[in-house]
Amino acid sequence: MDFTIQNQKDTRSGFGEGLLEAGRRNPKVVAFCADLTGSLKMGDFAKEFPERFFQTGIAEANMVNMAAGMALSGFVPFTGTFAAFATGRVYDQIRQSVAYSNKNVKIAASHAGVTLGEDGATHQILEDIGMMKMLPNMTVIVPCDFNQTKNATLAAAEYDGPVYLRFGRPKVPNFTPVDEKFVIGKAQMLQEGTDVTIFACGHLVWKAIEALPILKEMGINAELINIHTIKPLDVEAVLKSVKKTRCVVTAEEHQRNGGLGDSIAQVLALNMPCPMEMVAVNDEFGQSGTPDELMKAYHLDTPDIVEAVKKVVARKQ
Amino acid sequence: MTINELERIASQVRRDIIRMVHGCQSGHPGGSLGATDIVTALYFDQMQIDPANFRMDGNGEDMFFLSNGHISPMFYSILARRGYFPVKELATFRRLGTRLQGHPTTAEGLPGVRIASGSLGQGLSVAVGAAQAKKLNGDQHIVYVLMGDGEQEEGQIWEAAMYAPAKGVDNLIAIIDYNKKQIDGPTDEVLNLGDLRAKYEAFGWYVLEMSGNNMQAVVNTLKFARANTHQGRPQLILAHTEMGFGVDFMMGTHKWHGTAPNDEQAANALSQLTETLGDY
Repeated sequence: MDFTIQNQKDTRSGFGEGLLEAGRRNPKVVAFCADLTGSLKMGDFAKEFPERFFQTGIAEANMVNMAAGMALSGFVPFTGTFAAFATGRVYDQIRQSVAYSNKNVKIAASHAGVTLGEDGATHQILEDIGMMKMLPNMTVIVPCDFNQTKNATLAAAEYDGPVYLRFGRPKVPNFTPVDEKFVIGKAQMLQEGTDVTIFACGHLVWKAIEALPILKEMGINAELINIHTIKPLDVEAVLKSVKKTRCVVTAEEHQRNGGLGDSIAQVLALNMPCPMEMVAVNDEFGQSGTPDELMKAYHLDTPDIVEAVKKVVARKQ
Repeated sequence: MTINELERIASQVRRDIIRMVHGCQSGHPGGSLGATDIVTALYFDQMQIDPANFRMDGNGEDMFFLSNGHISPMFYSILARRGYFPVKELATFRRLGTRLQGHPTTAEGLPGVRIASGSLGQGLSVAVGAAQAKKLNGDQHIVYVLMGDGEQEEGQIWEAAMYAPAKGVDNLIAIIDYNKKQIDGPTDEVLNLGDLRAKYEAFGWYVLEMSGNNMQAVVNTLKFARANTHQGRPQLILAHTEMGFGVDFMMGTHKWHGTAPNDEQAANALSQLTETLGDY
């Protein structure tokens, strides 16, 4: 994989472009938003397809159920709000009317994690992946950059079934190929290695990429895999890699409980127990600060990945 | 269909409700009995539907959503009697492996059910979404939703109540089963609903009231509401019903909200209801 930075862009803008493109490709794509059209970058879709855009006001529960009702008739509804309000606030609505009823609703969730920044813990959800992956029938996608979020949005629109699509607020390095086809459930090999496997998702993918040359200098040949689909997890790719490296670091902007690391640990415990370290928030809430400050404060930064790798490699020996 | 014919069907539906709930010794007979006349009138007289060719998408036909899913015995009986699935399947209600789950679901593929309900407060929103889909599709058919009165205590109801008039969702007829009782007791005591009519009117709905256990009144009101669709406003029908209607000892109390009759009580109840279409 070429890690050349094409530009710095926010993943939510990738969603906005993807939604617009999905709307152009399929007249059945519709969108709902609970008073966060600007934040979710849904304005272009709303402008081009006003009859297919539904401003719900600040009423997330009503939004989710209306989307389920509309999905019945063959439409492909996306609901847009912050991840905190897209999941925890409407968990019961998603559980009964989307997941259990298996409706073709796409839950688009922006501003996930501590990189939401200054608004603080009320808005910085770190439990959403866990909540969503526990629901039967739900697919959980956490793309890593602008291009991938756009392509994931297009893939979600084509996929028939409930999808949780999680992305974020800040501008981050955009490096994945512009028109790379996003395959739901297929892990993305970013760099092959032999000494340790790093499984990362979302904003932590770039942090892990930054760790690679540092590790190389230390003589550690790391394999890096982007798990952009938390569920269904690409178990085959996980086991194939770990069979080779025999130790693992996971990295995510989420609680340890219920996150990517949790999913990987379950697969390994059942199939291939080995030393493992998790770079994640450890059972605490976020707080106000800049995204960069918060990533450092909650130990979600490149040096944290490097430390975790050193530790797990030592445990292996 | 004549009023007499509808009343005969409703009697059979009430027999089914008693036998289903008695059969598995669980379920919600009170609300089921009270709402029977309304839903019978919808499915056997008012709605334009094609039960033999059930379409999940509901395109080209009327749609009904049961928001208060716990009165599933009534819903299942009417769906079966209308031809969505075999009547004999009613005997499987709430039993392991059944398509007739305690609360309605799509997971087992029961024809006639389009979305799960049971957790209260969601059905009105679902119906609003389905009604908007019909508008996008240029489909002139109507979406109906039945809610409980206790269910009006859920906050989400008022999100949908605010949305539908604001967005001109006028192909929607919502009905409240206004029996003034819920599990813990009279709604006045549990959480006073206040003036529901005034509340919905203030939100912008066109509100009708009817005697929900008088078949003639039910049919007349539903007919009027249907003719009044596509006029810019959603409609709400406050259906004054009696929980347990048709079985004397189940009326006038909330005690039969979620309690099954024993053998003796079931026999007593059935003796008060005429068998008209043949028991399952």
